[in-house]
Amino acid sequence: MTKRQKNTLMRIIVSAVLLIGVIVLEKTTAWPAWTYRVLVLVPYFIIGHDVLRKALLGIKNRQVFDENFLMATATVGAMILGETTEGVAVMLFYQIGELLQQLAVGRSRRSISALMDIRPDYANIEQEDGTLEQVDPDDVETGTVIVVQPGERIPIDGVVVEGNSSLNTAALTGESLPREVMPGDDVISGCVNNNGLLKVRTTKPFEESTVSRILDLVENSSMKKAKAENFIAKFARVYTPAVCGSALALAVIPPVVLGLAGQGWNFGTWVFRALTFLVISCPCALVVSIPLSFFGGIGGASRNGILVKGSNYLEALADASVVVFDKTGTLTKGVFEVTEITPAEGITSAELLECAALAESYSTHPVAKSLRQAAEKQLDQSRVGAVEEIAGHGVKAEVDGHEILAGNARLMDRFGVRYIPNEAAGTIVYAARDGQFLGSVTINDVLKEDTVDALRQMKACGIRRTVMLTGDAEQAAAAVAGQTGVDEYHSGLLPADKVAWIEKMLQEKTDKEVLCFVGDGINDAPVLSRADVGIAMGALGSDAAIEAADIVLMDDDIAKIPKAVMIARKCLRIVRENVVFAIGIKLICLVLSAFGYANMWWAVFADVGVMVLAVLNATRTLAMK
Amino acid sequence: MKKTYEIYVDCANCAQKMEDTANKVEGVAKATVSFMTQKMKVEFAEGADAPAVMEEVLKACQKVEPDCEIKL
Repeated sequence: MTKRQKNTLMRIIVSAVLLIGVIVLEKTTAWPAWTYRVLVLVPYFIIGHDVLRKALLGIKNRQVFDENFLMATATVGAMILGETTEGVAVMLFYQIGELLQQLAVGRSRRSISALMDIRPDYANIEQEDGTLEQVDPDDVETGTVIVVQPGERIPIDGVVVEGNSSLNTAALTGESLPREVMPGDDVISGCVNNNGLLKVRTTKPFEESTVSRILDLVENSSMKKAKAENFIAKFARVYTPAVCGSALALAVIPPVVLGLAGQGWNFGTWVFRALTFLVISCPCALVVSIPLSFFGGIGGASRNGILVKGSNYLEALADASVVVFDKTGTLTKGVFEVTEITPAEGITSAELLECAALAESYSTHPVAKSLRQAAEKQLDQSRVGAVEEIAGHGVKAEVDGHEILAGNARLMDRFGVRYIPNEAAGTIVYAARDGQFLGSVTINDVLKEDTVDALRQMKACGIRRTVMLTGDAEQAAAAVAGQTGVDEYHSGLLPADKVAWIEKMLQEKTDKEVLCFVGDGINDAPVLSRADVGIAMGALGSDAAIEAADIVLMDDDIAKIPKAVMIARKCLRIVRENVVFAIGIKLICLVLSAFGYANMWWAVFADVGVMVLAVLNATRTLAMK
Repeated sequence: MKKTYEIYVDCANCAQKMEDTANKVEGVAKATVSFMTQKMKVEFAEGADAPAVMEEVLKACQKVEPDCEIKL
């Protein structure tokens, strides 16, 4: 509890005791009636002075219609009408409710922060005498060797220079299997060193390290507000003046009408009903619980290694109905193996493979890696001269002074090479030297273990259409599409074609449906930003993907996608429950109060009780797994 | 230029009011208040003097919400 909250608690206790004291006096003594009315003012001012002050300041600053104004008017009105004890009690319960709400919100805020508490406090630097000095990670320069002891969190991204250990990446990825590292491996800040002592040479300053970027992203996520949140803000702006207007009408019109009709000018009753009406109408339950639900949903998702950049994306994800996948690295492992080598006449397999591998020796594309792996022997990169990457085609490279082409059939067509088409399923790399065809290499990718399962789950949770887009050739695409069971696929696409397909699918769907694109972030940035919701996978370390995507999966586990959709739906369901519940109860109580069936006690429940229940319901989002 | 400030505000409706108010202050291009993280993120207009603008923001906010605080 903060100082302020403790103070409120004290005031609640003191004024409750005094109020009971006055009630007891009233029952046991026979002083003139006004004495009790004056005595009861003591607990009233103890518990309500801040509300009264804020209400007056509000009137002075032309900020009339807020909850302080509502409570002040209602209680002062009740006391003028002679319901002194009730007036004090309403104020007392209002303060208890406010305190409960603050405690609940504070508690969930803390548990979410704890969940995201991956900020390292210090970095160890070894001194000359062998002792360790703890320094602020912000002060560590790039290239410094830091020491990470067992049980400590890696503070800054870097490369292991000494030591072996297993790392716990759960805080970042939600993945419970530890990752083994040895000298030469990249390590990411935020992971916890499980057993061995590691010496790490930092490769980035602290503020650019993974952990800083993630914290920044998560902390800013509640700034991007969902439509539901903006709706509530607008709603509150119209709602409060409307309610005050109705209350005034309720206080004036019925008694005047009844009075003129000769049934007596019963102003007291109607003013009291109008005051009750005011207490009920406070919009706090909605205004508090909705951002809290989204915040909890985002927190719950991040515990599963799903980073959502804003409540608006969580809201959109709940309506996901079209999911478009990139193939390589998303549906498939992105680990390729050379499965067949088909050299042209007069060329040996080894020669073909070596040429292709050398041409691709600078590329980080998975296809290039598999070629290098298959070539087996150490490749001498100094033999390679100028390299030109042609997006969607392949590479043109100078090797030993010859012009080598390695890429797909379009590359061969583009340079007018006469080649023998290879009809095998898989990715085909054609190679040519100085315009002469060398042969083709067949490379196959394998599906991730859980791809089929994840796609089935997506169908089960109502995704209408799944589409695979790939730059690969028809045969390879058809084979993968067949295995995974996606609804449709489009092959042989350049990055620009992928954007065009997304545009087309965006037009085909209805306004309510949401299109998600899932990619691994390599070459996908334009598509990620064009889709309604762009999801980047395996984004640890890929800055471009983190920038472009709306939702970032920390590892490349495709099963996280149906999970993210489920979390989003559950979160939205809780939001809707709260909207319906809070507005529903309030409307019922408002009607009851207008007809005189609800007294001040009902009113306090409709305001404070509903708010506390809505907040408790909202905190359920925290528990989502 | 964007900056994030820690704030204290005790109800969500009040946070919304602070946001509306901050957005009306001259020199503020866009302000967002998150009740949940108790933070105010302010994007300043071109050439605005951030500390001076924030003084104004604080003054304006305390007018609509007497209890609020902004750590400058």
